[in-house]
Amino acid sequence: MFSRDTWKEIFDTIKKNKLRTFLSGFTVALGIFIVVILVGFTNGLQNTFDEFFNDDATNTFFLFPGRTSQPYKGYKSGRQIEFDNSDLADIKKNFPMFLEYITPRTTRSALVKYKSESNNYTNRAVGPAHQYCEKTIMMKGRYLNETDIKDKAKHIVIGRLVEKDLFKGENSIGKYVDMGGSAFKVIGVFQDDGGDNEERLIYLPYTTRQLIEKSTDKVGQIILAFKPQIGYAAAMTFETKLDKFLRDKKFIDPEDPNGLFIRNVADNYQQNQQFALVLGIISSVFALGTIIAGIIGISNIMVFVVKERTKELGIRKAMGATPASVIGTILMESIVITAFSGFVGMMIGVGLLSSLGEKLEDFFIKNPYINIGFAVFATLVLIVFGALAGYVPARRAAKIKPIVALRDE
Amino acid sequence: MIEIKDLHKSYKMGSNSLHVLKGINFSAEAGELVAIMGSSGSGKSTLLNILGMLDEADSGEYTLDGVPIKNLSETKAAQYRNKFLGFVFQSFNLINYKSAMENVALPLYYQRVARKERQEKALSYLERVGLRQWATHLPNELSGGQKQRVAIARAMAAEPKVLLADEPTGALDSKTSYEVMDLIQKINDEGNTILVVTHEEDIAHMCKRIVHLRDGVIVEDKKVKQVRAAEYVQ
Repeated sequence: MFSRDTWKEIFDTIKKNKLRTFLSGFTVALGIFIVVILVGFTNGLQNTFDEFFNDDATNTFFLFPGRTSQPYKGYKSGRQIEFDNSDLADIKKNFPMFLEYITPRTTRSALVKYKSESNNYTNRAVGPAHQYCEKTIMMKGRYLNETDIKDKAKHIVIGRLVEKDLFKGENSIGKYVDMGGSAFKVIGVFQDDGGDNEERLIYLPYTTRQLIEKSTDKVGQIILAFKPQIGYAAAMTFETKLDKFLRDKKFIDPEDPNGLFIRNVADNYQQNQQFALVLGIISSVFALGTIIAGIIGISNIMVFVVKERTKELGIRKAMGATPASVIGTILMESIVITAFSGFVGMMIGVGLLSSLGEKLEDFFIKNPYINIGFAVFATLVLIVFGALAGYVPARRAAKIKPIVALRDE
Repeated sequence: MIEIKDLHKSYKMGSNSLHVLKGINFSAEAGELVAIMGSSGSGKSTLLNILGMLDEADSGEYTLDGVPIKNLSETKAAQYRNKFLGFVFQSFNLINYKSAMENVALPLYYQRVARKERQEKALSYLERVGLRQWATHLPNELSGGQKQRVAIARAMAAEPKVLLADEPTGALDSKTSYEVMDLIQKINDEGNTILVVTHEEDIAHMCKRIVHLRDGVIVEDKKVKQVRAAEYVQ
């Protein structure tokens, strides 16, 4: 069946029926091309989505102090709750098994000056762990460390755009800037995937901020992270326990909705995971649908090819072609065409995807890609099912009596 | 060579059944040139198709070169066709995307003859029908007579026991018809058994024996003095 003669016969037939070959090849190539592009675009959509939502760590709690709205244990309502250094220490001491890291965040705004340039920037007084919860990426220099905290050093880490605005291309590391009337030394420059605003921030040690504000021990918010390995349920338990602990310590009514706020990113995380799952399902449905459409297309072509060749097959049968050889001729030809054009369609699709890169970012499609393994698999599926789909009309053609086939004009 | 006894064939036309062959008894010796005549609907083409294993009889016996042709599988029938029979059709039935030589070589392909040998044989048969210089031409570049001569070369290439021709001159003008008949007579002169279905008296008289069919039965079976087609060919 696989002799050189058979191949010669197949390639002869393919070469001499260019239109037919082109049409069937084109359909297959188009089918595979669409599968590749669709799957690639869905992946691109998912990339954009991941970037939107996964900028910050997903295992974090944000604790915000509020103003009580109910009297409790002798305290009047309307009392402003504040966090201080002892809260950080107490949380560390009481929840070691849950806690990954903890950092305060006190947000202020100040005029920052370097030489003749000046601008207002938001600054955050934080601990070293803050780098993880914001997924801050250092471009040069270093982030704040424990020594900076201990020494209450006048060190700052500035965003990429801060450096761009103030230093105009000059290297900022080691330079001094004036922030709110004090001189700070720039020790690092960072970037952040969270957008331009995140890159216009300045970080300084929270102890330095406290020193400047008359040696207070207050902090603005507390950000902490649970160990990811404890899982979603344990994270929820942690949240409940933490809430109770802080309300006890600060004398806030357990029912008071306004005294203390905990924002749990794990909730978002759960939703993100679900959205990603839905997107994955939609993608699979699209790909599957296109593959099925491709199979139907190939089946149609095969029916048409067999119909068109009925007379020729009748002649071949009269000349002594056995049914097996008739089926073989049709199937092998279809497989050769499908395999070749499927491969071409796949390569064009993959090529187009990789050339797109970030060009379609405005349409929420970023870096579309397709797993090559999946693309090859889809092509193979199309070839196999194309052959199966071709088998039915081929067998029918092989069964037609030669005399009926010969009458076919 | 050919032996048939009490052959019946009917076609289903919806609820009606059309009885086409009503008990045919016929035999032909090796080397005979037989014309099967009859008006349209007399069953002559059906008979030829059954003889050619292109169609199956409902009942009756058919023996070809001592081999009983009965209940053949498709594959077996294909092999017998390839080994025993050569076909010439009214509408030539050449494969239009293959050159004259490739068409002639086709039965040899199904005989698993090696490519080189196939081409040489095909060329030598084209030579015999006088079309060697047309070997690389496609059928649509040939005249009707040339096409039929290619078809005859194709039928001969497999070196069959019996050559079956279904109205071989039906689509040709009389001059070309005589040329084709001249060729058929020459092939017969070499000892080949040939059956020609025709409804043209002059063509029939170029054979050695005429069998008349009417309404599915043989009404006349006579030997005739052969008219040589060469007399009409310049």
